Amino acid sequence: VSLSPQLCALMFSWIRASELTFELPDNAKQCFYEDIIIGTKCTLEFQVVTGGHYDVDCRLEDPDGTVLYKEMKKQYDSFTFTASRNGTFKFCFSNEFSTFTHKTVYFDFQVGDDPPLFPNENRVTALTQMESACVSIHEALKSVIDYQTHFRLREAQGRSRAEDLNTRVAFWSIGEAFILLVVSISQVLLLRSFFSDKKTTTTRVGS
Amino acid sequence: MDMKAVVSSTGLMLLFAWLSPSQALYFHIGETEKKCFIEEIPDETMVIGRYKTQLWDKQTGSFLPSTPGLGMHVEIKDPDAKIILSRQYGSDGRFTFTSHTPGEHQICLHSNSTKMALFAGGKLRVHLDIQVGEHTNNYPEIAAKDKLTELQLRVRQLLDQVEQIQKEQNYQRYREERFRMTSESTNQRVLWWSIAQTFILIITGIWQMRHLKSFFEAKKLV
Repeated sequence: VSLSPQLCALMFSWIRASELTFELPDNAKQCFYEDIIIGTKCTLEFQVVTGGHYDVDCRLEDPDGTVLYKEMKKQYDSFTFTASRNGTFKFCFSNEFSTFTHKTVYFDFQVGDDPPLFPNENRVTALTQMESACVSIHEALKSVIDYQTHFRLREAQGRSRAEDLNTRVAFWSIGEAFILLVVSISQVLLLRSFFSDKKTTTTRVGS
Repeated sequence: MDMKAVVSSTGLMLLFAWLSPSQALYFHIGETEKKCFIEEIPDETMVIGRYKTQLWDKQTGSFLPSTPGLGMHVEIKDPDAKIILSRQYGSDGRFTFTSHTPGEHQICLHSNSTKMALFAGGKLRVHLDIQVGEHTNNYPEIAAKDKLTELQLRVRQLLDQVEQIQKEQNYQRYREERFRMTSESTNQRVLWWSIAQTFILIITGIWQMRHLKSFFEAKKLV
């Protein structure tokens, strides 16, 4: 059993999945880079979790600078591509259109397929029934976890809006009650001042 | 012969697993810039973070493979904003923590080095890889340690995945409860403040009219 085919297999298809959630301040742009080998199928998925109108600009470029994907003010999207050449691929999230809201952005960048469980995965014998059942369960569970993540992000979005609403209701209610009192008292005072200042004219008009 | 091949491949796999940050996603960070990442995780979940830093060398016009003396400060906060980890690591580092409360944990990285100013350009490349939950398990290592067959290892992986799903579902229930409490609180606030404001409106209206009436009667205008 020679090791070199396995070594080649490991080096050939660099398999990675990077999932990060970061905060993007207003007027900021954040770029991420990854070195990808030609022929690798990659998927970029992003979702805006909190902030403003829940939108962000996204841009994906290949090593030559050719724009593979460019969308403005998107809330959620998924983009799959195959690396056409070796090199550093770059993707950027921009919040430059926003003046004062910072956004929390989640992204999942999958490069290639998942690493095999065993180093000697590309073997001659086929998988037994039990093993292929395990593989299909694993794939199904992976998609369950993926759905859970998306659900969690949507729920986080809803929750942040609800908490925001809660504090705003309290703030504005107190504010409005205060304004109400101030306006009614000042109305009365103002009206009184109309009749109090011009004492001579009042008596003349009165009689 | 077969055993030897398996052991050597396992060793290689472990080596690659350790070296992986060099191939991971990277981004640029300024000198005193602090970059924070949020991980929303259920409780009792393990998180392993690995990073590798490279400094821009103006002379060669490229990033140096590694720079001794360059350090990164890692700070991790739990959902209650309490610091659970605050440590200085070298230019390559690995940090681990297990969450004890479910929620949003914040992982912040910033460079503490002033050497960057000397090298000018002030650009630092950071390779980062954060693995959460069942992704932290190193299966070849587990197979070697517990001497599991392939089928047993696959089943172990499925068990770990199902455990993660269960934890997430539990966390989901806790979050939904919080959301419900917030909505109820908003509902109560809207209700009581509307009643209070209507009451204030009526009272001030009555007061205004009575006050003005008595004022005009005093002025002998009415």
